[in-house]
Amino acid sequence: MTEPILAVEALVKRFGGFTAVDKVSFKVEKGEILGLIGPNGSGKSTIFNMVSGALKPTEGSVRFKGKEIGGNLPNRICHAGIGRTFQIPRPIHRLSVLENIVVAGFYGQDGIGSRKAAFEAAEQALDLVGLPTDPHARVSTLGAAGLKKLELARALATGPELLLADESLGGLDNSEMDQAADMLKRIRTEMGITIIWVEHIMGVLMRVVDRVMVLDHGEKISEGLPSEVAHDPNVIEVYLGTDSEDAQASAASGAASGTAL
Amino acid sequence: MKKFLPYAIGLVMISVPFIGTPQYPLHLMIVILIWSMVYTSWSLMGRFGLVSLGHGAFMTVGAYVTALLWNYGGISPWIGIPASLLTAAALAFIVAYPCFQFRIIGHYFALVTLALSEVVRLIIMATRDYTGGSLGFTPNREGDGTSLYALQFADKETFYLVVLGGWALSLLIWKLVDRSMMRYALDAISEDEESSAAAGIYVTRTKLKITVLSAMMTALGGAFYCQYQMFVAPDVVGGIGISLQIIFAVVVGGIYTWMGPTIGAIITIMMTEIFRNIITDLRTEGIDLAGLDTTVYGLMLVLFIIFLPKGVLGELLDRLAGGRAKKQAPATQPADSG
Repeated sequence: MTEPILAVEALVKRFGGFTAVDKVSFKVEKGEILGLIGPNGSGKSTIFNMVSGALKPTEGSVRFKGKEIGGNLPNRICHAGIGRTFQIPRPIHRLSVLENIVVAGFYGQDGIGSRKAAFEAAEQALDLVGLPTDPHARVSTLGAAGLKKLELARALATGPELLLADESLGGLDNSEMDQAADMLKRIRTEMGITIIWVEHIMGVLMRVVDRVMVLDHGEKISEGLPSEVAHDPNVIEVYLGTDSEDAQASAASGAASGTAL
Repeated sequence: MKKFLPYAIGLVMISVPFIGTPQYPLHLMIVILIWSMVYTSWSLMGRFGLVSLGHGAFMTVGAYVTALLWNYGGISPWIGIPASLLTAAALAFIVAYPCFQFRIIGHYFALVTLALSEVVRLIIMATRDYTGGSLGFTPNREGDGTSLYALQFADKETFYLVVLGGWALSLLIWKLVDRSMMRYALDAISEDEESSAAAGIYVTRTKLKITVLSAMMTALGGAFYCQYQMFVAPDVVGGIGISLQIIFAVVVGGIYTWMGPTIGAIITIMMTEIFRNIITDLRTEGIDLAGLDTTVYGLMLVLFIIFLPKGVLGELLDRLAGGRAKKQAPATQPADSG
């Protein structure tokens, strides 16, 4: 078996006396889509922020393609080949849609060197997510779904090998959610990008991911195939809550019900 | 037609000293050009939300380092000015690097630079044995007052051409920055440092670059000022007063357009001249209105920030663009295809 693209070991993050992430370890194989789920405050975003460099781990190691990257600066990690999106889209309003992506294309691939290459990378990324490449399109004209696509395009323009998608599809309607899920699938198959997908809605995610990891209170409580995890009593108890039968059914069937669990 | 307009204006500006322009207007134009250069340099970083209240310090460094090296070391401004620019760059780096590293942004950054303004002024005061303190400092005249070696020109005509070049250089740099990728990066950084870093932008490095560039160009303005006036005092090129004056002029002219700071310089310097005349006239009649100009400036600054945040030129360009867009009939709404 080849080396995993990302290996996280005994990762810990403490904020003062509060342990947000407690000794979490996991591996991501090249080319797979790993779903990362858990209730609000379970530590998903904290793990994300540690992998992408926005937060420094208190303890533990993050190895990307065999190299330790834990505690590196976000721009370095981006250059190394990890792209990320933010849960709440954070576009630059002063720049046009195209410019938002161009800047990521130019600086994200450290040493891409030329404006032309950056513009090409940007147009490619916009095409892929289905946003107009019109240089005059303003960010203010985008709706919620458009902004999420912009986030995704910006991450893709940096030329990642691993994409951290903080998707959180809340606020999108069912068809938009399906679209977003299909897009991630396409990114994996067409571009060969490995993806970690964070979400708290289970339905859509279960249909797309290869494996799921479930967090609760900063600890990993389950990991495995979507069908296994959905039937894991631990998960049902702490994650799916009291309404377990319904929720379990919806999760297992992969229906894009959009029920926030 | 439109294409040749800038060249025509440039030609007219170059010809000014050769067509017998009287001394007073020529003097005003030189002063306006020097300050335009300083204001443009400030706006290099100011337009990206890096509001510095410390640019008086860089101007002071430019003026004093050049003049002190000349008087005490006999070092020609041809070397003294580059030395003063390097000093300003070093000073900018020393102040800005910790700020950017520790994410001191917005108002807090402005406060740190405000302190810089005062520190440099106080250093000039404390070393009054050499610098003359608040009484000011006069560079030694070389020969009959005109010397290329000393960069001193008794006639205003030559100096006009020198500062015209400096001003053009500051505009050129503004344009080059505006067209570079760095402009996108700085726009991104000014709105969201975290997401910019996630997109691979070197946040600290990029901010440092523009700050150092802005500081050096401001120092060059300070050096020109001192070479022209042959006199410099801490309150004339530095301190909080000058630092605020810089911001005021840029806000009035327009912070986001390349000619904005120049328009700001023209407006504010003409106003100062008019006020000076009014105050002098009234004083002969026994009415003392010293401080009137400052009061009006303060009032204007408030009004501009509320009603014309883009400045005179920015607003004007917006209106022109708006009118043109309307004429081009139904503006195409870029739709969100999502």
